Amino acid sequence: MDFLIFQAPMLMVQASIDGILLGILFALIAYGMALQWGVMNIINIAQGELVIMGGYIAYFMYLSGIHPAFGVIVSPIIMYFVGVGMYKLVINKVVDRDLFISILATFGISILAQQLMNFAFGADVVVAQSNFGTTMLFDGMVTIPNAKIFSGLVCIIAAIILVIYMKKSKLGRAIRATAQNARAAKILGVDTEKVYASTFGINAALCGIAGACIAITFTLHPYTGLPYTVRSFMIVIIAGLGNLPAVAISGMGLGVFEEWADYLIGTEFRIAAVFSLLVIILVYRRFKLSRKREYLK
Amino acid sequence: MKIKNFIITFVSAIALLLSTSTISFAKVVGDKIVLGAAVSLTGKYSSNGVHTQNGYNIAVERINSMGGVKVDGKSYKFEIIYYDDESNSGRAAQLAERLIKQDGVQYMLGPYSSGLTKAMAPVTEKYQVPMVEANGASRSLFTKGYKYLFAVLAPANLYLDVAIDTAVEKNGGKPVRIAMAFEQDAFSQDVRLGIVEAAKRTGSKIIIDDKLPKELNDMAATLSKVKATKPDVLVVSGHTKGALTAIRQISEMKVDVPMLAMTHCDAAKLSKQHGKASEYALCASQWHKSLSYRDNYFGGGMEYAADFKKMFDYDPPYQSAESSAALLVFKDAFERANSFDTKKVRDALAATEMQTFYGNIKFAPGGQNISKPMVLFQVICNDDGSKCENKVVAPLKWASAELVHPIPKWSDR
Repeated sequence: MDFLIFQAPMLMVQASIDGILLGILFALIAYGMALQWGVMNIINIAQGELVIMGGYIAYFMYLSGIHPAFGVIVSPIIMYFVGVGMYKLVINKVVDRDLFISILATFGISILAQQLMNFAFGADVVVAQSNFGTTMLFDGMVTIPNAKIFSGLVCIIAAIILVIYMKKSKLGRAIRATAQNARAAKILGVDTEKVYASTFGINAALCGIAGACIAITFTLHPYTGLPYTVRSFMIVIIAGLGNLPAVAISGMGLGVFEEWADYLIGTEFRIAAVFSLLVIILVYRRFKLSRKREYLK
Repeated sequence: MKIKNFIITFVSAIALLLSTSTISFAKVVGDKIVLGAAVSLTGKYSSNGVHTQNGYNIAVERINSMGGVKVDGKSYKFEIIYYDDESNSGRAAQLAERLIKQDGVQYMLGPYSSGLTKAMAPVTEKYQVPMVEANGASRSLFTKGYKYLFAVLAPANLYLDVAIDTAVEKNGGKPVRIAMAFEQDAFSQDVRLGIVEAAKRTGSKIIIDDKLPKELNDMAATLSKVKATKPDVLVVSGHTKGALTAIRQISEMKVDVPMLAMTHCDAAKLSKQHGKASEYALCASQWHKSLSYRDNYFGGGMEYAADFKKMFDYDPPYQSAESSAALLVFKDAFERANSFDTKKVRDALAATEMQTFYGNIKFAPGGQNISKPMVLFQVICNDDGSKCENKVVAPLKWASAELVHPIPKWSDR
C-alpha cells in the first residue's frame, strides 16, 4: 500500500491537478486577505465566514431554480455591500488601532456571522448541484469535475480583472497609494475613508466569488469558515503582502503539496504536513534574514 | 457601614435559603414526573437537536394522553425541562449540573451526539441520576463502567459491520477487499473499529484506511486511491458533511465500487440533495419505518411515521424514533420499579426487556442496547431521479427490497 502514487503514475497527475484547482480557490481568498491586510493593516478572522456567506447566496439561487454558477456574478455584488456595511459598522472604529484590536473585532464578527448564518440558514450541511459533468483524461484514469475547472477559471478571471482594475482605475491607484502611505495619500486628497470601505468591500466580493465556487464544488455549513481563514492566512504569510503572483503560486503550491502529502504520509497527516511546511518556511526566512543582517554589519 | 453589612448578609442568607428550598420540589411534583434534558437547539447540531426534542415531545404527548405512568396505583404524567446546550459539550455538562442541583431533576434524557453525552454522563453518574439516552452511540460511553447510563441505540461499532458481512456473502463467502475513509472523531472512529473487527472475523483485507481530518471537505485523494486499487467495498463515515462530500465526489470522479456503505444518509438528506447520484448507496440506520416492531403506544413504525408527520410536518429521521423510544423505556421502568427512588428506577432500567416500535430493548451491563441490530437501507431512485426511496435490504429478516449488487458502473448509469 505504501507509496501507491509511484505504482500508479496517473495518480501523480490526478493529485497535481486536484491540488492546483484547490489552490487557485484558496489563492483568491488569500488575495482578498492580503489586499485588506496591506491597505488597512487588518487581519480579517471573519474571512472564512464571508466565503461561506457568499456560498449561501449561490445556494439560495440554486434553491429558487437559478443555476448556481450565476452565483459567481450575483454573490460578489451582494457581498461587496455586506463588506462595506461591515466596514461602516465595525471596522472603521478599529482601522487605525493596533493589530490586536482588529483581530479581536473580526473574531467577534466571525462568531456573530456563524451564529446568524446558523439561525438564518439552519445547521444542515448543504450543496448546490451544477450538473456540469466530468472531464475524463487518459482513458478515464484521471477525472476532473467540470465544476472544479469552472471555479478555477472563474478565480483566475477574477484575479486578472482585479489586477487590471488596481493598475488602471482611479480607485485602484488610490488604494495602492493608501497602502503605501495613508497619511501622505490623505494629504494629497485621497479620501482614505472611502478607500478603506471599498477595499473591505472588494475583499468581501472576492470571498463571495470563492464562496459561490465552493457551493458547487464542496459543501456549505455555517461553521466551516475557519479552515478558509486559516488557509488564506497561511498563504499570505508565505507569499507576503501585495504580491499577487506569489499569492497564486503559494496557493497552488500548498494545494499540490497537500494532495501529495495525502498519498505519501497519509490522509490523517495532510493538514499537519501543510502546517509543518509553514513552520519550516518561517524558520528558513528568519535564518536568511539573520544572515542578511550580519552582512549589513 | 455595619447596618449595610448586616443587610447584605441578611439578604444573601434569605436568597440562599430560597435557592436551596427550590431543590425540594423536583423529580415528582403533584402528578408530574419531571425529566431533564439538554438538547442542542442552536449551534452546529441544532437540526438533530430539534429531531431529538420532537422525538421526546411526541412520546410525552402520547404517553400522557394514554393514561400516563402508573406508579403505586396512581397515574402520573411526564414533563420535560429543556435547556439549550448550544451544541457545546462544556455547556452540556453545566446544564446537567444545573438540572440536577437547581431544578432538582432526578431522571435525565440524553442530549444529541456522542460528544455531548460523554460530557453529561460523568455528571449524572456523580449524582446517581439515571439517564436514558438515545443519541450517543460511541463505544467509549459503554466501557467506562457507568451504572446510571442507558442507551436505547446500538453502539457505533455495530453501524456498518452488517455491510461487510453482506459483501462477503455476495462474494460467495470469500473474503473481500475493503477501502475505508473515516473522519477523525469519536463516533466515526468507533464505526471504523467495527469494520476492522468485521474484517478480522471474515478474513477480509483492508487495503485503504484513510482518516479524514475534521476540517476537510475534499476526499479527492482518497477516491483516487479507491479508483486505482478497485476494492470490493468502500466504507465512508464522517457525519453529514462526509456523506455529502463522498457522494458528490464519487459521482463527479466516476468512482466505480461494487458496494458503497455509509452513515448519516438520513441526517444529510442525501437523496434529496444529490438525487440520482446517491442511488445504490447503502446506509446504516438505527431504525426504519418499515420494520415490523410494535408497541401499545405508537403501534408500528408506519403509524409512528404518520403520526410524527402530522405533528411536525416532516418524516421522522431515526434520531426522532430512538428519542421517542427513550421515554417508552422510562415509563416501563417506572412502572416496574413502582417507586420514584432513583436506585430502584435504575435497577428497573437495568432489567429492561421490552419491544417498542423502534426495536427490542435490553441493556448490557455497560448500558448499550444489545438486542436491536442495525439495519442497512439502500437508496433506490426512479428513472429520472426525481424520487428516491430508502429500501431496507439487510438484515434479510426485514428486507423490503433486494440489494442491488454490484452497483452498476457509472458508464452504464
